[in-house]
Amino acid sequence: MTPVLAWATGVLALVVTVLAGLATARGRRIDDPLLIGAAVLELGLLVQAVIGFVALAMTERDVDGVVFSGYLLTSVLIIPLGAFWAVGEKSRWGTGVLLVAAATTAILVVRLEQVWRTGG
Amino acid sequence: MADRVRTSGATGAQMRHGPGRVLVAVYAVLGLSATVRGAYQVLAHFDEAPLAYLLSLFAGLVYVVATVALARSTPASWRVALAAVGVELVGVLAVGTLTVLDAADFPDGTVWGHYGRDYGWVPLVLPLLGLAWLRRTRPATR
Repeated sequence: MTPVLAWATGVLALVVTVLAGLATARGRRIDDPLLIGAAVLELGLLVQAVIGFVALAMTERDVDGVVFSGYLLTSVLIIPLGAFWAVGEKSRWGTGVLLVAAATTAILVVRLEQVWRTGG
Repeated sequence: MADRVRTSGATGAQMRHGPGRVLVAVYAVLGLSATVRGAYQVLAHFDEAPLAYLLSLFAGLVYVVATVALARSTPASWRVALAAVGVELVGVLAVGTLTVLDAADFPDGTVWGHYGRDYGWVPLVLPLLGLAWLRRTRPATR
């Protein structure tokens, strides 16, 4: 785990959150730029998960493996599940679902970094 | 689909569409986080506070029931959702009051503790939004 990657995915999640929030407020349906942003975020989360699992296997520090693995796994599931639920709604509320998914992901990344830094 | 026709209530609103779409998403997030956390507490730290951790797990499962019931969007699941949201409201008020008064020996980290403070007050606001949404989507024939 590197703080740089956690910062990158965390900021990206916040950007998607803000964009989805603005689009929801303006009554916009989900469009391609938003979905591409979510896809880029998911890519970063996948890279982070791989690096995280490798780091967990190699570290000699006392990190709670169950908790850390749980956060890693959840962090890559939220955006695909949220996007699936979001595109089934052809209104601003579909965009709102993506907002919820991205905000949840941002919180997860913060917790993930905390767990890694403090051990659990 | 047949169930869509049956579920269109007096207002024509459906539980899983419109604002309900976001409500289901928030319920899913809370259900997942509270259930996983509760299960972990029960499995790993049960001896420390058995009652509180079982309650934590129960609360999470109630959110999961509410999520599924709202997403299914049928007249029968409307009643299940009403029951689940009602239990949430009573639970967050009762456990919240107990923890604030410090009447019970509750550890930190349960979803209803301090009226859901650890979860950004979402557990307090969500049942109110849920009840408002269920009121709008009440099935026409009951």
